[in-house]
Amino acid sequence: MSPDTTTYERVLIRLRVNGEETEVAFDPYKTLLEVLREDLNLTGTKHGCELGECGACAVLMDGEPVLSCLAIALGCEGRSIQTVEGMATGARLHPLQAAFADCGASQCGYCTPGMLLTASALLQHNPEPTRDQIREALSGNICRCTGYQQIFDAVEAAAAILRDEDSRRVTADGAAPPGAQRSEHQVGLSAGRTRRRSMLKPAEGGGE
Amino acid sequence: MIRLPRFDYRAPRTVSEAAQLLADANGEAMLLAGGTDLVPNMKRRQQTPRMLIALQNIAELKQHTNGSGHTIGAGLTLSGIVRDEPLRRDCTSLWQAAAQVATPHLRAMGTLGGNLCLDTRCNYYDQSYEWRKAISFCMKKDGDRCWVATSSPTCLAVSSTDTAPALIALGASVSLVSSGGTRQIPVTDLYRNDGMYYLTRQPDEILTAVHLPDLTGWRSTYWKLRRRGSFDFPVLGVAAAARFDRDGAVLEARIVLGAVSSRPLLAEKAAAALIGQPLTDEVIAEAADLAFTLSKPMDNTDFALVWRKRVTRDFVTYALRELRGDDMRATRTKIARHALQGLWR
Amino acid sequence: MSRPLGVIGVPRRRVDGRAMTTGQTKYADDLMLPRMVFAKLLRSHLPHARIVSIDASRATAHPGVLLVLTGRDLPIPYGILPVTQDEHALAIDKVRFVGDPVALVVARDEATAADAVDLIDVGYEPLATIADHDEALSVAEPRIHDYGVEGNIHKKVSLQFGDVDEALAGADHVFEDVFFYEGNTHLPLEQHATVAHLDGGGKLVVYSSTQTPHYLHRALAKALEVPAAHIRVIATPNGGGFGGKSDPFNHEVAVAKAALMLDRPVKITLTREEVFYCHRGRHPVLMKFRTGVKNDGTLTAVHLRTILDGGAYGSYGVASTFYTGALQTVTYHVPRYKFQGCRVFTNKAPCGPKRGHGTPQSRFGQEVQIDKISERLGIDPADFRLRIVEQPNTLTANFLRVSTIGLAECIRRVVKSSDWSHRYRKMGRGRGLGLACSSYLSGAGLPIYWNDLPHSAVQLKLDRSGGVTAFCGSAEIGQGSDDVLVACVAEVLGIEPVDIRAVTGDTDLTPVDLGSYSSRVTLMMGNAAVQAATRARDILAEAVEKKLGVPRSRLVFAERRVFDAEDPDRGVSFQEAIYAAESMFGAIGTVGSYTPPKSAAAFKGGGVGPSPTYSYTAAIVEVDVDESTGWVVVPRVWIAHDIGRALNPTLVRGQVEGSVYMGLGEALMEEQAYRRLPPRLSSALVHKFPSILEYKSLTSLDMPEVFTELVENPDPNGPFGAKEAGQGPLLPIMPAVANAVYDAIGVRIDEVPVTPEKIVKALADQAAGKPARYGPTSFPDVSWPEALQVPPPWEGGDGHAKTSGVVLRDAPKRPPRSSGAEP
Repeated sequence: MSPDTTTYERVLIRLRVNGEETEVAFDPYKTLLEVLREDLNLTGTKHGCELGECGACAVLMDGEPVLSCLAIALGCEGRSIQTVEGMATGARLHPLQAAFADCGASQCGYCTPGMLLTASALLQHNPEPTRDQIREALSGNICRCTGYQQIFDAVEAAAAILRDEDSRRVTADGAAPPGAQRSEHQVGLSAGRTRRRSMLKPAEGGGE
Repeated sequence: MIRLPRFDYRAPRTVSEAAQLLADANGEAMLLAGGTDLVPNMKRRQQTPRMLIALQNIAELKQHTNGSGHTIGAGLTLSGIVRDEPLRRDCTSLWQAAAQVATPHLRAMGTLGGNLCLDTRCNYYDQSYEWRKAISFCMKKDGDRCWVATSSPTCLAVSSTDTAPALIALGASVSLVSSGGTRQIPVTDLYRNDGMYYLTRQPDEILTAVHLPDLTGWRSTYWKLRRRGSFDFPVLGVAAAARFDRDGAVLEARIVLGAVSSRPLLAEKAAAALIGQPLTDEVIAEAADLAFTLSKPMDNTDFALVWRKRVTRDFVTYALRELRGDDMRATRTKIARHALQGLWR
Repeated sequence: MSRPLGVIGVPRRRVDGRAMTTGQTKYADDLMLPRMVFAKLLRSHLPHARIVSIDASRATAHPGVLLVLTGRDLPIPYGILPVTQDEHALAIDKVRFVGDPVALVVARDEATAADAVDLIDVGYEPLATIADHDEALSVAEPRIHDYGVEGNIHKKVSLQFGDVDEALAGADHVFEDVFFYEGNTHLPLEQHATVAHLDGGGKLVVYSSTQTPHYLHRALAKALEVPAAHIRVIATPNGGGFGGKSDPFNHEVAVAKAALMLDRPVKITLTREEVFYCHRGRHPVLMKFRTGVKNDGTLTAVHLRTILDGGAYGSYGVASTFYTGALQTVTYHVPRYKFQGCRVFTNKAPCGPKRGHGTPQSRFGQEVQIDKISERLGIDPADFRLRIVEQPNTLTANFLRVSTIGLAECIRRVVKSSDWSHRYRKMGRGRGLGLACSSYLSGAGLPIYWNDLPHSAVQLKLDRSGGVTAFCGSAEIGQGSDDVLVACVAEVLGIEPVDIRAVTGDTDLTPVDLGSYSSRVTLMMGNAAVQAATRARDILAEAVEKKLGVPRSRLVFAERRVFDAEDPDRGVSFQEAIYAAESMFGAIGTVGSYTPPKSAAAFKGGGVGPSPTYSYTAAIVEVDVDESTGWVVVPRVWIAHDIGRALNPTLVRGQVEGSVYMGLGEALMEEQAYRRLPPRLSSALVHKFPSILEYKSLTSLDMPEVFTELVENPDPNGPFGAKEAGQGPLLPIMPAVANAVYDAIGVRIDEVPVTPEKIVKALADQAAGKPARYGPTSFPDVSWPEALQVPPPWEGGDGHAKTSGVVLRDAPKRPPRSSGAEP
C-alpha cells in the first residue's frame, strides 16, 4: 500500500528493483526516475526531457515498459522495477545487450537503456516479432543517432538467440519440438549481418 | 532535471474513499490516474495542486464488463483497451483511437478516464513557467489574455483527446461519482467549448466508468492527423460511426471532429446528410464539405491552421469510405505511418 | 612487413559497446560526488533588454542556498572564435535573447536552486528586437552587439575566382534561383551537464558533455583567469553532440567559477528547454544561385549569395558564413566562382555548427538547381551530374585540394540499387524519386585559433604486462572515436582492440586533439595513432630482431605475436616482445601527431574549406505524395558514401544511416521556429516550442528503409585510406527529398523543410496556372564589399588575391586579447 504523506519529510518505501527487495528514502516530490538515479545510484536510467516526450527513462514496471519520469515514486510501493543494470545475468549480457553492442545499435548510447528494456518487453510477449512490430514497439523511444536500422537488426538478432536458448531449454527437459536442436544462434546474427554486409562491397575496379 | 512541485499524496483503495478525500480538499486536490498528462503539467507549473489523490489502487476502476454493451472502468489503461479483443471487435473507433494515443509507454501508463479528462492543449500554454513568463502568461494560467486570438473572451486551448471523439461517435456515456452520489451523462455532455472550463465534471466528481450501448450493426472508425507516427497529440481527429440497412443505406450516423476546437465537435449536419442514403462518393463529399465548414482550428498546435482545416475534408472522406467498406489500409498506413494492426499492445 | 588487414575493415563490436548497453557509461549527469551541490541558471525572459539592476538578496537568504553568481563575478568575455569573444557566462549589461543566462544559484539540491532562481529580482529596460534577416539588414538601431560590420550586420564576405559575369554572359543558359533553408537544432538526447570541483591539490577539474575539451580548456583559463595548467577538463562521453556541444557554454564557465569559490563539487544539468536556448544549430539561410550552363551541361560559372540569420552571438558564425560558400566547387567542376555571404545578428538563440556546418543550406540550393537545369536541358539528372563531377587530384577554382573522388561511383551505385532508370519519371503521379549529391571535409585544415601545432596527438604506453594504453584528447560523442583510436593501434601492432585501453578527452592525461567537430577525428587522430603505433612497433621489432636474430624486415605483427614471415613458428608473443624491449630500452612510450598539409588557399578567407581530403555521397529518396493533402511519405532511401576505407563498417553504416535520419528530419519537419507576439501588445520573441514533443524528430515509425552502400577507394591522406562519415551523408538528403517531390507531382519546394502545407500551396498555384513552386522570390539588396579577386589555378592564379598580394587569413588569427595561457 502506498504511504500517504502530509509532510515534506523524506519518505520510505519498499520496492523490488532488479529482483532485489529494496528500501529507499527520498523526497516525496520525486519521480521514479529521480529515485532510481539519485537515491539508489542506478544512473543507467537516462533522461532526455522529464516530460514523457523521448523515452530515454523507460524502465519495466511489473514487466511493462513505462516512463520513470512520469511515475510518482510514492506510487511505486511494492512494485517490481527493472532497469538496465538488471538485464545481464552475472557477467553474461542479455542477448539484447550483446546484439545492440554487436550491431551498432548504440551510438551515443543515451537512448540505449530505454530501448533495451522496451525491446525486452516486446520479446517477452512476442518471441518472433516482425520488423513492423519492432518498429511499433520502439516507437516511444527517440534515437537521434542511428536512424533505427541497426536497432531493428539488433532486436531481430537477439530474438533469434533467445528463441534458440528457449529451444535448448526445452531440449534439456527432454521435450524438444522437432527441429528445435538446430542452433539458430549464429544464424540469427549473421542473417541480419549478411543481408546488410552484402551492401557494403568495396568499389570494384578500385573506384575512380 | 525538471522537478515536481511539492504535494501531499493520498492513495485511497475505494472510489468512495477517493470521493470523500476530494470533497474534503475543497478544490485543492487533483486526481492522479496514469499521470501522463498531469505530471508534465505539474512540472511545468501549469497545475500545482496541494494534494494528489492517486487512483491507481482502486480495483473497481479497472474492470471491463460486457453484457449488452460494455462498461469500462476509467482506470483501465489505454494498452489494456488495445489488448481487449471484445472492444476491438465492437468498438473499432475507440480501439483505433486508444491504439494511436502517444506511445506504447504512455499507453501503458495512461488511462481511459485520464484521456477523456485530458487538459486542453495550446502551444502558448504547454510550456514551462519561464517560457510563459516570457509572453506575460495567458488566461488559462497566470495571465489575462488569450494569445491565440488576443480579442477572444475565452481561452482557445484545444481539446486533444483521441478517445472522446471515438466514444461520442459510439454514443457512449460516463459515470461521475462524488461523495453526494452518482450521475451518468453522455460523453458529449462532458465537454464545454471553453479551453479553461472544458469539462462539465464538477471539482468533486470522479469519472469512474464509460458505458457503451449495444453496438450491434454499427461500424465505426477513427482517423488521427499528427506529424509523426507516435508521440504527437492529434491536430485533427475524425471519428465516425454508422448503422446501415440491408441495402447499405445509412440508418443512423455520427461524425465527430477532435482537436479543432476546445471540445470534440459533433458534426450533426454532416451526419444528417448521410441518413437514408448509401455512402456514395457524392454523399461522402457532401458530408465532408459540411464537416469542413464546422472545423475551426486555431494557430496553437502543430501545422498551419488553414491546412488543418482544409484536410478535415480528406479525413472525413477517409473515415466514411472506411465505413462504406473500402479497403483503406494503404491510406491508413501512410497517415498513421503504420498499419494500425495492434501489433504492439 | 605488410600483411592483410586484421582489424580494419571488419565489422566489429565497438570498444565501448558493452559499457553503453549495461548502463555503465558515465555521462556527465551520472557523476555523483561526495558533498556535491547543484546549480540552476536564471535566464532572461526578455529577448532584448538592458539590465538595470540585479538584487539577489532574497535568493541568497533562501534556506539551502550556498551561492549566487551574477555577471560582475565573471567579467571576462570568451567565445569559440578568437575574432568573436562576445559572450559572458552571465550577462553583465544586456540580455540578447530569451534564454540568455543572467545569474547562477548554487544550493544543496536542484529543487532548492530552482526555487531560489525565482527569488532573484532583475530590473530590465526592454529594447526593440530584431527577429529576422530582413529586419537586421534594415534596422541599424538598437545594435545587438557593438561590433561587426555596421548596425546588426555581423560579417560580410565577398570572394571572386575569375570573372563570373563574363562567364555567365558566355553561357547558353543562366539559371537564377532563390532558396530558403529554415534553421534547426541538434537535439542530442543527452541534455548538457557539467560537474566542476577542486582536486586534492586545489586545482580545478571540470567534467562536461563537450565535443571540444581543448577549446573549453582555453575558454575556462581565459574567463576564470586561472592558468590552463591548473585546470583539468574531462570530456565525458556525450549522449549525442552533432555540433551542439562544440562551444564553451555559459553553464560550464559559471559552475567552474562556483566550484572555485565553494571548494565543493557543483553540478548543473540543463533542462531540455535550456538545450534549445544553447542551440548553436543550423543557421536559417536565404540564398541565391546564378549558374551558367552550356547546352552540353558544362557549368561555366556559379555566383552564390547567402544571408545567414546568426541569432544573438558570434559562436562559429564567421566560419559558418564562409562555409555556406566553401564547398560548391568540390563536387562539380566550376570554372569560375563568386561567393558573397552576410551574417546578421537577431534576438534569438545563437546559431552555430550543426552536422554539415554551413554547407547543407547551399548544398540544398545547388542540388535542387541542378535538378532544374538537367530537366531544362533534357538530360537525366544522374547523367548530368556524372558529366560534371570534379576530377580527382584537382585544385578547385577556390584552391581546395581534392584528392580521391568516389562520387561518380556513388552515383552509379544508387542509380543501380534504386532501379533509377526504370523508375525516375515513370512512377506515375504522386510517386517519385529524387537524386542529390554532396561532399564534406575530413577535418578542417586550420584550427579555430591560429597556430602551427599538431591538430591531433596520440601517446602510447606499453609495459611488461602486455597491455597497451592509447591516450588522446579526442572526445567520444557516440561516433565511435575511441573505437577508431583503438582499431588503428591494434592493426599496426597486430593485437586485438580488446587488448588496448583508450584514455581520451582528459586534458591532464591526454595530448591535445582539437575535438569532435568538422569530421576531423578519424582522419587526424587516426593518422596520429598510426604514427605512434608504428613507432612502438619499430621499437618492439628492434628488440625482437635482437632476441630472435630475425631481420626486422621479416617480422610480422599479427595475432598477438611477432614472428618471422618466412618461418611463422619462430616468434614471440606480443607480451614477450614488449618485455624484451623494456629490458633493452627501458620504459616504452611513443607519440604520434598529425598536422594537415598546408592549404593552397592563401587569400583572406581561404582558411575555411581546406581539408586533407573530402568525402562524397550520392542519395536517392523515394517519396509518395498525396495531392489532396500534400502528405509526404518517404518509403525508401538509397545512399552510397565514398568512405575511402571503412575502419569499422558497422560504425560507418551507423553514421551514414544516422545522417539519413537527421537529414530527413530537416527535410520534412524539424524547425527552430520563433514566435513574435503582436508588437502592439507585447515585446515577446520566443522559441515557438522548446520541447522534444513539438520539435519533431522522426520516430521509428517515420523512418524509411535505408539501403546503404560504402564505396571504398583508399585515400592516401587518411589512416588506412579512411575519410569521414559523420556529416557528408546528411547533405544530399534534403535536396533529394525536394527533387523527389518534383518528380512525384511536378511542383518545386525551394525551401526546407518540405511540408504538406507548402506542397498544397504549390499545387494550388500549379492548378491556377501560376509557377508551380513554393519558396522565396527575391534576395534583398546587400551592399557587398568589393570582392577579393583570386584568379583560379587555370587562369594563372597562385592562391593569392590579385589586389593585395598579402597573405591574410580571416577567422583563425591570433586573438586580440590573448589570455595568460597562450603559448
